[in-house]
Amino acid sequence: MQAKLSVKNVFKIFGDKTDEALSRLEQGESKEQIFEATGATVGVRDANFDVDEGEIFVVMGLSGSGKSTLVRMLNGLIPPTSGEVLIDGEDIADCKKDVLRRIRREKVAMVFQHFALFPHWTVAENAAYGLKVKGVPAAERRERAIAALEKVGLGSRADSLPSELSGGMQQRVGLARGLATDPQILLMDEPFGALDPLIRREMQDELVVLQKELKKTIVFITHDLNEALLLGDRIAIMQDGRFVQVGTAQEIVSAPADDYVAAFVADIDRGRVFTAEDVSNAAEAVTLGEASAEDAMRAMEDLNRHALYVVDGANRVAGVVTYQDLAAATLDNGAPNPILEDVMLTEYPTVDADVQLYDLYGAASAGLPIAVTDDKDRLVGVVEPEAVFAQLSGENGEQDAVPPPSVEDEKIKEGAHV
Amino acid sequence: MFPDVIDTRPLRRAVDNGLNWVVRNWGTELEAAASPLLRLLNAIEQLLLATPWWLIIAILVGVAWLATRRWQLPLVVFLSMIFLGVMDLWRDAMVTTALMIAATLTAIVISIPIGVWMSRSTRVRQIVTPVLDLMQTMPSFVYLIPTVMIFGPGRIPALIATIVYASPPLMRLTDLGLRNVDPAVMEASQAFGATPTQKLFGVQIPLALPTILAGVNQTTMMALAMVVIASMIGAGGLGYQVLQGIGRLEVSRGLFAGLGIVALAIIFDRITQAYGKRLQARIGISEAR
Ligand SMILES: Nc1ncnc2c1ncn2[C@@H]1O[C@H](COP(=O)(O)OP(=O)(O)OP(=O)(O)O)[C@@H](O)[C@H]1O
Ligand SMILES: [Mg+2]
Repeated sequence: MQAKLSVKNVFKIFGDKTDEALSRLEQGESKEQIFEATGATVGVRDANFDVDEGEIFVVMGLSGSGKSTLVRMLNGLIPPTSGEVLIDGEDIADCKKDVLRRIRREKVAMVFQHFALFPHWTVAENAAYGLKVKGVPAAERRERAIAALEKVGLGSRADSLPSELSGGMQQRVGLARGLATDPQILLMDEPFGALDPLIRREMQDELVVLQKELKKTIVFITHDLNEALLLGDRIAIMQDGRFVQVGTAQEIVSAPADDYVAAFVADIDRGRVFTAEDVSNAAEAVTLGEASAEDAMRAMEDLNRHALYVVDGANRVAGVVTYQDLAAATLDNGAPNPILEDVMLTEYPTVDADVQLYDLYGAASAGLPIAVTDDKDRLVGVVEPEAVFAQLSGENGEQDAVPPPSVEDEKIKEGAHV
Repeated sequence: MFPDVIDTRPLRRAVDNGLNWVVRNWGTELEAAASPLLRLLNAIEQLLLATPWWLIIAILVGVAWLATRRWQLPLVVFLSMIFLGVMDLWRDAMVTTALMIAATLTAIVISIPIGVWMSRSTRVRQIVTPVLDLMQTMPSFVYLIPTVMIFGPGRIPALIATIVYASPPLMRLTDLGLRNVDPAVMEASQAFGATPTQKLFGVQIPLALPTILAGVNQTTMMALAMVVIASMIGAGGLGYQVLQGIGRLEVSRGLFAGLGIVALAIIFDRITQAYGKRLQARIGISEAR
């Protein structure tokens, strides 16, 4: 399948001496060296990536790393110095003005960091702007704008002025304006950057929910790795205009490509990156009616665990037995072989595979291993509480996975190609 | 003294002869070209003089009310108009107002497009700005003389001189207002696929309107400031009364006509400013993020 959005060897140099800057880049000079020598600023160097339909691709990096420049090249607000930007195979870096306008009207909408609402129009008129530009008649325009506003929970404020809304609400208007034309691609340049942390979280969660329904192709810019990890199907990390690493949240956190990435990863909210699946062990269990208490105890000794799940014939969880209880029961009633069912606890913590570690915290503090189940209640894995805490604190033995910091730029650049 | 480097007489003679040549060969054509201006002025003047005085007061008071929604400005407007009427200055005030309105309308039609052009091209701005400086600092008599020579004394040169004098602030403020529109908003417009025309008329001009209106306000004020000079070459109106007062050493006539000009200035200044503030309030708050 053709990628929805494809960026190939894109460079952006600001300034006059672009050719000289490009050749200096090839010789491996840094952004500062080039600026000192030529006065040209390297905005983006050699960006290469594909974004598939329905995917959220997050670009993350510090201020000045070229994120805004990159995202503005995706709808032609900034023309690239060289390279191709393909939307459905059409190169927008090299096309006529009216073709570019058509693509902006039909396919790509943008949401801005500082909202960039039109202060002289009402919320509904703002949301309808894309439709107005397209020449949609006023009545239909308003209807569709209000539908978009309802999606973001602002249907009742259609006739307010933007200045009468809070920052969070203003950005919802920005989002509604982006959604109203029903674009296939949504470009979001630090859309939540200007919001306070609580509202920010709320908007992130809402975007996740909206995306489940809308399935847009989204390029999302942020300087907040937590946000990147939460939203991104894939994440690109930018430094000085180039990609240093591209991968899924788990890949980036568990194997940062270099010190720069590792420094970001150090203070992320690990509880939101990893899910039950990432820390669960194989679904070892004993089957009710087949195994005896003795079998269960032996299995626990072999696996070095202190509790074991009991499943029925269809692999559905029936309960959990602890080594302690089994041992006690064996001693108590003197009977050599207590029945599993009598000792088994039917109150046990259970979660879905995609639950974030953050939400496992409570379950883990019960002391029992957590059953990871599928939608039919079948056991698919077991999470030991220790594994949750180890992963949360980053002591999961994953340090081994961090390659020694690389000094060779070239190598990283190669690695960054997707 | 500065030594005589060149003989300036031939140069001056060349300029004078050049002007004479234009007057002789192009006088009629230029006069015909300016006649729409004269028709505009006459039409406005006739309209104002034909309208009953109470209707004009009612309209102005109503406009003042709409602009402020308070009683103060309508009251000031009402009293100023009554003053003009009572002091037997009504007719002259209407003639002067007609000149001011005609000059302002013409200035708007000329200046706003030039301001737009200046805002889009730094090169144009660099060329036009010194010309504007010249128009504003050159004593108006200097260009009054050639216009009178070309058109003969009367209302056309008076109107043209007023337009020349009153246009520069509107051009400057149009340019400034358009340049100061938040680039992020312009970018948003572009990102949704707006054409340059949609961007200019839908977003940029409406957002620059408070500044442009400040320019219109200055233009009206400068047009009023020109009325005395304009009446020297046949514009009539309050300025003519002032001139007569000076000529006959009739202090009272000059004083009352002068106060009449002040009254008109207050009315038009306050009303245009109030509209500017209303617009600003609607647009302004949300720009402070
Ligand atoms: N119009 C421009 N002219 C010259 N240099 C520019 C221009 N726009 C951006 N740059 C430079 O390009 C580099 C990347 O800027 P960009 O705005 O893309 O960074 P960013 O990652 O979006 O930063 P932030 O997080 O602060 O928004 C910076 O060094 C910046 O100075
Ligand atoms: Mg940015």
